[in-house]
Amino acid sequence: MTEEIIIAGFGGQGVLSMGKILAYSGIMEGKEVSWMPSYGPEMRGGTANVTVIISDDRVCSPILNAFDTAVILNQQSLDKFEEKVKPGGVLLYDPNGITHKPTRTDIKIYTIEGAQLASDMGNAKVFNMIILGAYLKLKPIISMDKVKEGLEHSLPERAHKLIPLNMQAVEVGMNNVKEQ
Amino acid sequence: MGELKLMKGNEALAEAAIRYGCDAYYGYPITPQSEVIEYLMEQNPYERTGMVVLQAESEIAAINMVYAAGASGKRVMTSSSSPGVSLKQEGIAYIAGAEVPCVYSDVVRGGPGLGTIQPSQADYFQACKGGGNGDYKNIVLAPASVQEMADFVALGFELAFKYRMACCILSDGAIGQMMEKVVLPEQKPRMTEEEIKANYPWATTGRKRGTQHRVITSLDLDSVKMEAHNRHLQEKYRMVEENEVRFEEIDCEDAEYVFVAYGSSARIAQKSVQLARTEGLKVGLLRPITLFPFPTKAIQNLIDRGTKGFLAVELSCGQMIEDVKLAVNGRVKAEHFGRVGGIIHTPEEVLEAMKKQIIGE
Repeated sequence: MTEEIIIAGFGGQGVLSMGKILAYSGIMEGKEVSWMPSYGPEMRGGTANVTVIISDDRVCSPILNAFDTAVILNQQSLDKFEEKVKPGGVLLYDPNGITHKPTRTDIKIYTIEGAQLASDMGNAKVFNMIILGAYLKLKPIISMDKVKEGLEHSLPERAHKLIPLNMQAVEVGMNNVKEQ
Repeated sequence: MGELKLMKGNEALAEAAIRYGCDAYYGYPITPQSEVIEYLMEQNPYERTGMVVLQAESEIAAINMVYAAGASGKRVMTSSSSPGVSLKQEGIAYIAGAEVPCVYSDVVRGGPGLGTIQPSQADYFQACKGGGNGDYKNIVLAPASVQEMADFVALGFELAFKYRMACCILSDGAIGQMMEKVVLPEQKPRMTEEEIKANYPWATTGRKRGTQHRVITSLDLDSVKMEAHNRHLQEKYRMVEENEVRFEEIDCEDAEYVFVAYGSSARIAQKSVQLARTEGLKVGLLRPITLFPFPTKAIQNLIDRGTKGFLAVELSCGQMIEDVKLAVNGRVKAEHFGRVGGIIHTPEEVLEAMKKQIIGE
């Protein structure tokens, strides 16, 4: 099994940390992983993306041009990465702020109202965990226990009290992913 | 087994330095390797091991601090990225001339000049062929994973002290910024003053009454002495070439065509090998781990075993290819393929280049 994922959106949406939690959860599951961010003059409101690879085998190139799954959180990222999903692959996006919907017919397209659901939960910061939940519903490559362990390892001690809330957000994401 | 963590290459290098018992790090931040000094500062290494971490006022100051502290037998290191390493070249040449052991990490970005902050391998020449003035070499290690970023700190210090040379850990923005699994080594104690005095008779550890001065310098105005010193340095470099070549062969046993690639390019070329093998092409990868000394004999052995062509894959306009061609010496085809300016080649285009430039019809 090799799953090659791009997560892309605005800086500040938790794109990189979602990737990190996913990668850590992969390690807890005993997989090989890599996490490669776009780096540089990134800032809140700018674009940010991260490539995560989770595999049973040693990861070769951490930098990719085609993905099994694209998790898209803004229009610029959709414009850039829709064409880079492998045929038969998955595109998951949050329709909030999307003006031009994806149009490909050779991939599976799903939506998750992450921003809306986070706002309903009363905490905008759990947005990325809702998205992670939606992703894991579509690609159940990591068990819930391991996601929890991944959170424990990637969050600092002082934030551990927020793990139950984050796990709840994952559940919400899992229950609300829809086909486009 | 040590501790398993998910870390960036830069962070793994920094943590490995603390755990190796490094005495001091002097640096100046620059993208894409600022995490090294950030991580070190966060970790309070002075409290953990007594390691000094200091942000100097410039790259030039930092390398001269390394020069001085290394001269006293301490294990010292610095790190920077391409334009910053250019600034350090004067100090590195002095360190080579004065035979001071030290480790420096160069997380290469695109050039020339300020260039770009994206990954590049365009400083192969600078790292391997001088960069500063004079006839000198540094040992150059090329990590291709976060694990090797950590492991090569210890290896770098061992080689640096064995030969009294600077050892460069040459990576790039991709290796520095990406996170992977890493098994960290156990914490080792720093060397005591007594151990340094006992192990390094050349080190300037303080002169006692009745003993000779120990002189660390790259300057000698006596040409006869200077020629002898240069001959001595060259002999040392030949010994390094004889004893310290390291490389990895992937799918080379039956390979008719071989990629030569180091660092992040080797990771990409490894995927190209997999793609080639699924098409039934007998393609392998030779990954130099030491760039100086270069695995010249490994290339010659591959030709003896039947390899018909080499493609050097680098994030540059063609630098390592010169060493590949020297090794091949006209016996078979050897060409270069690379993307530059911060663009990273894809496994598909690397394989395409092999087919077009080397395999042919």
